Amino acid sequence: MANSYVAYVGLKEINGPLVVLDNVSNAFYDEMVEIKLENGSSRMGRIVEIQGRRVVLQVFEGTKGLSLENTRTRFLGKPMEMPLSEDLLGRVFSGAGKPIDGLGDIFAESSADVNGKPLNPVSREYPRNYIRTGISAIDALMTLIRGQKLPIFSGSGLSHNKLAVQIVRQAQIADESGEDFAIVFAAMGVKNDVAEYFKKSFEETGVLSRVVMFLNLSNDPIIERILTPRCALAVAEYLAFEKNMHILVILTDMTSYAEAVREFSSSKGEIPGRKGFPGYLYSDLASIYERAGIINTAKGSVTQIPILTMPNDDITHPVPDLTGYITEGQIVLDRTLDQTGVYPSISVLPSLSRLMKDGIGEGFTRDDHADVSNQLFAAYAKVQDARALAQVIGEDELSDTDKSYMKFGALFEKHFVAQRPDENRTIEETLDLGWALLSTMPKTLLDRVSSDVLDKHYDPEKAALLK
Amino acid sequence: MNTVFGINGPVVKVRDTKAFSMMEMVYVGKKRLIGEIIGINSEETTIQVYESTTGLMPGEPVVGSGMPMSATLGPGILANIFDGIERPLKALEEVTGAFIAEGASVTTLDEVKKWDVTLTVKVGDTLEAGQIFATCPETPVIMHKCLVPPDISGEVTFIAPDGQYNILEKIAVIKSSDGTLHELHLAQKWPIKIPRPMKKRLAVSRPLITGQRIIDTIIPISKGGTAAIPGGFGTGKTMTQHQLAKWCDADIIVYIGCGERGNEMTQVLEEFTGLVDPKTGNALTDRTVLIANTSNMPVAAREASIYTGITLAEYYRDMGYHIAIMADSTSRWAEALREISGRLEEMPAEEGFPAYLPSRLSEFYERAGYVEALSDNEGSITIIGAVSPQGADFSEPVTQNTKRFVRCFWALDKNLAYARHYPAINWNDSYSEYVDELSEYYHDNVDINFMSYRQQIANILHEESKLMEIVKLIGSDVLPEDQKLVIEVAAVVRIGFLQQNAYHKDDTYVPLDKQFKMMNSILNLYDKCKQAVANGIPVTELTKSGVFDKVTKMKYDIPNDKPQLFNVLDTEVEEAIKSIKKE
Repeated sequence: MANSYVAYVGLKEINGPLVVLDNVSNAFYDEMVEIKLENGSSRMGRIVEIQGRRVVLQVFEGTKGLSLENTRTRFLGKPMEMPLSEDLLGRVFSGAGKPIDGLGDIFAESSADVNGKPLNPVSREYPRNYIRTGISAIDALMTLIRGQKLPIFSGSGLSHNKLAVQIVRQAQIADESGEDFAIVFAAMGVKNDVAEYFKKSFEETGVLSRVVMFLNLSNDPIIERILTPRCALAVAEYLAFEKNMHILVILTDMTSYAEAVREFSSSKGEIPGRKGFPGYLYSDLASIYERAGIINTAKGSVTQIPILTMPNDDITHPVPDLTGYITEGQIVLDRTLDQTGVYPSISVLPSLSRLMKDGIGEGFTRDDHADVSNQLFAAYAKVQDARALAQVIGEDELSDTDKSYMKFGALFEKHFVAQRPDENRTIEETLDLGWALLSTMPKTLLDRVSSDVLDKHYDPEKAALLK
Repeated sequence: MNTVFGINGPVVKVRDTKAFSMMEMVYVGKKRLIGEIIGINSEETTIQVYESTTGLMPGEPVVGSGMPMSATLGPGILANIFDGIERPLKALEEVTGAFIAEGASVTTLDEVKKWDVTLTVKVGDTLEAGQIFATCPETPVIMHKCLVPPDISGEVTFIAPDGQYNILEKIAVIKSSDGTLHELHLAQKWPIKIPRPMKKRLAVSRPLITGQRIIDTIIPISKGGTAAIPGGFGTGKTMTQHQLAKWCDADIIVYIGCGERGNEMTQVLEEFTGLVDPKTGNALTDRTVLIANTSNMPVAAREASIYTGITLAEYYRDMGYHIAIMADSTSRWAEALREISGRLEEMPAEEGFPAYLPSRLSEFYERAGYVEALSDNEGSITIIGAVSPQGADFSEPVTQNTKRFVRCFWALDKNLAYARHYPAINWNDSYSEYVDELSEYYHDNVDINFMSYRQQIANILHEESKLMEIVKLIGSDVLPEDQKLVIEVAAVVRIGFLQQNAYHKDDTYVPLDKQFKMMNSILNLYDKCKQAVANGIPVTELTKSGVFDKVTKMKYDIPNDKPQLFNVLDTEVEEAIKSIKKE
């Protein structure tokens, strides 16, 4: 492109992360630019609006130090691309995809537009293979499926990182050969300690050589944060669909990401929607989450576990709300459970896996899986009613039915939801435990299961062992 | 030549031109991206582009097509899957692979395939606009009827012999009164934002039978009606729509996946291909059209997808078919309006939505109806739109405005969904304005008592919700026996009747007469228990006898094809209650 040799000296306007250039020719929408400062440092940017010869740029590293005169802007003639190669495994990159581990540049085999392209629904394969995580609450009640996007809704101070690490450690992502999996980890606006915690855990698990890390820490430029998940997913798509690997993508923290989008939007002077977030936040989040899945021309898969912290633990906040509408379920963590010492503090009732119904049962997990999970959900919902009533009239005044729900609830949280961070339960253990817990209640309360299934699994003797 | 001046996401501007008209379809740039003119003033013409504008440069050409954004209508629509602007996704896959690239040019309908056409008119006949002039079997279950375009009429001057034709071949010629000759083909075009004309609207009188008990019995919808399904995430909007699409008794289903998940569309595709239609014995896809604009596809095409879908539906309605449209989700469509409105820097009304949101919503829902088509056939379009309220708050603008224009409201409830009570339609918050209009149908076709039973069931639920207020405060033990009984029977209604298992072979679809018999058995149970309670038998004894459980499980225990077992059940219940008395 002719433009790549032309440098434009100076800027017309600077506004937050945006700069305006005048009299530009041959620039195209979404084109990358490189801005060189007087002191020799350079920054990357992207065209976000064109009006004739007037061009608006978004500068990834921020506009600190830029003046109207001290810059030279070069148009690179290509959209934002991520260099791709299998050598990416084990490397660490900045949020904008630059290597920051001191191991030098990537020798790219190919490159891809970080924005990706929408996946044609007819080319998708419907996800059906379940991933065992060894965590009872997840495996039994909100089963993770290969190719799914299942976020963790958490709050500040809750154990979402610990849970994510446990999933990474225990999840059987790979096929039997064990070689064809990789983890893509994107940190957006998280604290340095958190990034270190993940890194250390990957090291301890021995998977560090199979992890591609993208780090945009909380003090890194905010515009770069908007690119971070896109770079990560470009890599994930490449490894999955061109190198046939099973990829688990961890994106944390999506709330920081959305706040970066909001900041960028407001500096562009866009009309804000709910809580100041731009009206297109849904489309924007979808352009990230929808990049999970399986396609019919490759053996690999992209499974996403985005983590987001709900501001003020509010699940109706726009970020968790819109996320829930796009992702295929959610794992919700609960502060009260956490405070009572239950790890993982998964709040069972609002948690859900939409793809579960087609990935469990005979041939996948066990034939009674759907029954036991439905009945556990239904019974635990009754527990909440009983507890609410007990708060008003006192536990002693409850009816026998409600008392047995109360007892079930306590045992369920203690034995089923809670488990050690290094405890890896098989699906049989998990489901049998579920039946044992249900058997603590009279048979008549188990109304979600047909009589013959109940006869087969109802076992008060086992239930008596639970204390 | 007109060229691109400004680019801002999907909004492209052209300067100083008078060449375009409002709503005209245009090709933008060297890649010939498809766009539509949405604003014209003396300085600037504004285009919304239905594909990604990455790589577009000022100075690239903009070419008009001379016609508004139109849908191609003809055989080959059914059993197909399109994107928001009616491009077939399978053909796109062949051109651009698994990921959709911009500017891919594919024809909407197969232009090579020959259809087995029978001409139904002869030279010299006079044809009115919208009349049928030929037929061809489109799928094993749907006969495609070729209609004279709604703006043409006259005398037939040429007619091709019966035989094999593709959609481009001339099969008839009409001479209109001013002497112009019009060639007729199997396919025609119609602008998606203009409703296709019809003779007149008819009153609605027939229910859309869905096999879902809470809908058919408690909150019914008529053929030609409109319904909204609002619900927060995870409450089962999509699941409910899938169930309706699979089981409702419409001839043709138009399923619009508007800004939803890609995997869901794949699921619909897979499931519908594998499912056998209970009515015809053929694959369900043979009477289904899918329109998929997933959430990561361009936002402007999302706006168009709703109109594309309804235009296809109107075309089949004009042939005399009954169509059900599932729009999942209209909120995403409203958000697409908001996004584009924002890019145009229009003055926002509520929550950033444009002020014309209510009028666009009402225009859409008004395209539903039971009509007499120009072809003299009766046809109908039923619209069932999912609404995804932000934060599950029903007071937000899309839900509120939708509520004004639909007559059936199936409110999904988070707490029911948490308890895995599906369909999670809240019986207290939902309503149907069609009950009166449909009562005659139920009266004549199911049972004289249907409506009165329905009312009794509704009363039990209503009574329960009042009692629960008390129970929440002081527990159920203090209630008098007759009220305790109401709570027990209401539980039977909720679990045994309203809750329905989509994965159970019998329970997934329940015919109306079984629904009626189930109500009958519940009311019989209530009646007998009431007598027993009046005779001094405590409710706990009744519970112990297992009668409530027995009736609750009837949905599984009694297969759909063995209604005679209901009599056995009723007798067993009576015996069981009697045997308590003897003790």
